[in-house]
Amino acid sequence: MSRRNFHVVGKDVRKVDGRELVTGAPAFADDFPQPNMLYGKILGSPHPHARIRSIDTSGAEALEGVHSVLTYENVPRARGPVGRRADLFNRVPYTRAGQDYPEPSPWDFFLLDNKMRFVGDRVAAVAAETVEIAKKACALIEVDYEILTPVLSPEDAFAEGAPIVHDEPDVQKAEDPKRNLCASVDVYLRDVEAGFREADTVVEGSYSVPRQQHAQMELHIAISYFDEDDRLTVICATQVPFHVRRQLSQSLGLPVSRIRVIKPRVGGGFGGKQEMVIEDICAALTVATHRPVRLELDRYEDLTAARCRHPMKLTCKTGVKKDGSLTAIEMIALVDAGAYGSHSPTVPTNTGNKNLPRYRCRNMHYRFDAAYTNLTVSGAMRGYGTPQGSFALECHMDETAEAIGMDPVDFRLSCTVVEGDTDELSPYIYEVKSEAPGDETKPEDVAWPITSCGLHDCIQKGAEEIDWARKRKEFDKYNVSNPVVRKGIGMCCLSQGSGVAGIDTANATVRLNEDGSAILFIGAADIGTGGDTVIGQMVAETLGITLDEVTVYSSDTDVVPFDSGAYASSTTYVSGNAALKAAIEVRDDLLTIAAGLMGEEAGNLRLEDRQIISSRSSKKIPLRDAAMHSIYKNKDQIEHTASHVSPVSPPPFAAQYAEIEVDTETGEVRVVEFVTAVDAGTIINPQLARGQVDGAVSMGLGYALTEELMHDENGVPMNRGLVDYKIFKAVGMPKMKTIFVETYEATGPFGVKAIAEIPTNGAPPAIGNALKHALGVRMRDLPFTPERVLRAIGKMK
Amino acid sequence: MCPRNSLAALPWFHEALPRLDSPPTTAYPRPIMYKHRVIDEPGRRLLRMTVNDSAIEIAVRPHKTLLEVLREDLFLTGTKHGCELGECGTCAILVDGEPVLSCLVLAIACEGKEIRTIEGMADGPELHPLQTTFADLGAAQCGYCTPGFLLTAQALLDENPDPTRQEIKNALAGNLCRCTGYLKIYEAVELAAKRMRNGSDSEAKR
Repeated sequence: MSRRNFHVVGKDVRKVDGRELVTGAPAFADDFPQPNMLYGKILGSPHPHARIRSIDTSGAEALEGVHSVLTYENVPRARGPVGRRADLFNRVPYTRAGQDYPEPSPWDFFLLDNKMRFVGDRVAAVAAETVEIAKKACALIEVDYEILTPVLSPEDAFAEGAPIVHDEPDVQKAEDPKRNLCASVDVYLRDVEAGFREADTVVEGSYSVPRQQHAQMELHIAISYFDEDDRLTVICATQVPFHVRRQLSQSLGLPVSRIRVIKPRVGGGFGGKQEMVIEDICAALTVATHRPVRLELDRYEDLTAARCRHPMKLTCKTGVKKDGSLTAIEMIALVDAGAYGSHSPTVPTNTGNKNLPRYRCRNMHYRFDAAYTNLTVSGAMRGYGTPQGSFALECHMDETAEAIGMDPVDFRLSCTVVEGDTDELSPYIYEVKSEAPGDETKPEDVAWPITSCGLHDCIQKGAEEIDWARKRKEFDKYNVSNPVVRKGIGMCCLSQGSGVAGIDTANATVRLNEDGSAILFIGAADIGTGGDTVIGQMVAETLGITLDEVTVYSSDTDVVPFDSGAYASSTTYVSGNAALKAAIEVRDDLLTIAAGLMGEEAGNLRLEDRQIISSRSSKKIPLRDAAMHSIYKNKDQIEHTASHVSPVSPPPFAAQYAEIEVDTETGEVRVVEFVTAVDAGTIINPQLARGQVDGAVSMGLGYALTEELMHDENGVPMNRGLVDYKIFKAVGMPKMKTIFVETYEATGPFGVKAIAEIPTNGAPPAIGNALKHALGVRMRDLPFTPERVLRAIGKMK
Repeated sequence: MCPRNSLAALPWFHEALPRLDSPPTTAYPRPIMYKHRVIDEPGRRLLRMTVNDSAIEIAVRPHKTLLEVLREDLFLTGTKHGCELGECGTCAILVDGEPVLSCLVLAIACEGKEIRTIEGMADGPELHPLQTTFADLGAAQCGYCTPGFLLTAQALLDENPDPTRQEIKNALAGNLCRCTGYLKIYEAVELAAKRMRNGSDSEAKR
């Protein structure tokens, strides 16, 4: 398939859920309360590292309106202390990371445990008639803690004699829990040392990135109940309904056949909901009480006891020749996994393999070590490890350009990839991870060709839009007089992936009604991104109907076919491909029927505007006629299910530019203008794609300037809510501009690549580079708060 | 294309899946305790107010917020909540035409007031111009903050039919959105304002 004139694809159409969202119709999990519903509440640990000596729940149980109090005693070890109560659940290690089975993440979590590993870890769970009673019951639970020394940084975690976060014998798949090592990767492409020797200049730099939190507007929420057939049903805000179903089965010991997970509309996920944060304990309360239970985290719990972006300390070292070509790049990351290993083998892998391959360089070294600590659990978050590496590498590349006296834009143009280059690192990391002894796979053996790349166009168009060359010089002149408010302009270039190669699996069913309209069943979980709309557009385009005539069902594990879920920017690229395949099969069936009706050959027919048209005789019949024929004459409704998994993950590319003003008296950074030029292949719905970019940029701006989840010296979270965890508000937003540099990615449906994550990555390095331009000082630690700016320019100690 | 560029070449492709440790059983554990439902809720007070043009009389517990009464007692679940601390603006509704955070107001403080929630914004099946532009321009991405934004924007346009971009930003400064970066929201408000002005112009001409 190649480019042609489309009718629905490439057009701004209203989201399929647009109407329900603006009218306030029941759409989100919390809008479906059940009769006789109880309210759940989790008692969180006040200590970052402690062991429960004993727990007394009698006070809570005696409280009128309390139905169940669950503690680790209900989840006994096989040969451990015998519980006082009925042993409800078996102690089973599992991960809550929403990934394909078998999850790469360690199985290091238990439904309830007697060891507390971070502030907010599960001590007990209560179900009661009202929220107030549940809270009161939590306060009445008496716990005797043996307080242990907490591990508060990766350095502490790896120190000799450090306390062990996961000392339980039944933890599985963690790399070396006795050393607090959750996961690591150490991979070389050829010989970096030789590369450094070959270089004219070698540049080194260290950078650090903080904990960022998703701060999605809808809190983590689940409502669980036994339905009329006594099957466990969980309505929840999740990105991964099928993984939640499987992990519920694993953690509660119920068969998959007795579990149904419904994902209604989701009020933002951003990776935080690629995780079974509360569904397991909510369902456990339903199993314990046989009553519907609603469990919602409050904002403080959601900020501090759900998930966050992995904090990292990174060092980069680059060998460069005078002409701007690179001889070696090395990136080393020290990663804080937090108390559990959710996504910690995979997120930091991406830090290297979604960043380094956009530079043309034969010699590379990437290494990370992820440490267990007694802090908020790190997990998946939009960009999935890439923003951390983008900040370090793009600041570092600006330093490298400066070291050889090149303009940052010219330098990027001289050393970034173009179509026809290969990505050796991403597939090689996986090869090395599962390398058999004696296997001598070479990087070039497994390399992925870069089949579509508009990066240089992105760099150039972005530079034109923001007027790079002129402003760069003008601001230099302006800053010479040392004004109070300095001006700066900075840029960066970016890459990401489209789904997880060889893993992300999607299925879609397209069913044709007698009037020619279609119903699309997809497992893909639209979490506000517009996935349902975009995939619906692809089906509508293929069948020659409008989007209004496609009803999209997502996602209910009883109704739709399996999908890995909404993550890794996979929905449009992977799930879209499954839907497109199914739609093509439906179209082919329709054309075969029409060929019989019209006395033509199916090969000469096409579907357009609800008509089946012959390109030979220009005869046409309404699509409806063939659809009617299938059901009422052939007695065979046309319906096809198709499956898709991609062996590659073609990277989208982007360049981002930031113009800033920085007040040297207050330290405040104001972003004046922000330009994103992005190559995401074909754009299916420009309006929704632009929405993805705008939102990602605002999240990146927060990461760059305001957002940091902090813990005090005792490991207790300091941010209490959205008042002291600052996300961008309407008033602080800069002027924003998005440019689509369309390429055609042959492996994607209609030529698409991913778009949802890549624009998140660039604000921190672009602003960091602009700050260097404005102040002449390199700032290496995010976020660039006024305090840090004043320190950097020596106005504050 | 690379010769090894297929799924079968990927190293994990041929590996057998590990078995889950405990084969699930079909028997549910017996529930551990039952207590009678709390039916005795003393101290309810009678509250009269107008909600979306309907006069309402309802007995509420005095410590319940307006948000809780709207969602849990009146089943008007269109009003959302994101913090219940007055930080996010998600629960904004109109009380006597003014935007108010319903999580910070006790229901009994609304005696005799006129409440408008998102359910009462459309005129039957006909959407308010703001609702139309929010849906059409993609200003509702996940849609969770949307009801709060719509009602706050409606209050703005009722007072100022032709706001500047800065006035819109200021009016919406108390509402947080994590999806859109706000740009589409400004555009939707501006377009709705324009359509409403033109609409009332043409009515005036008639």
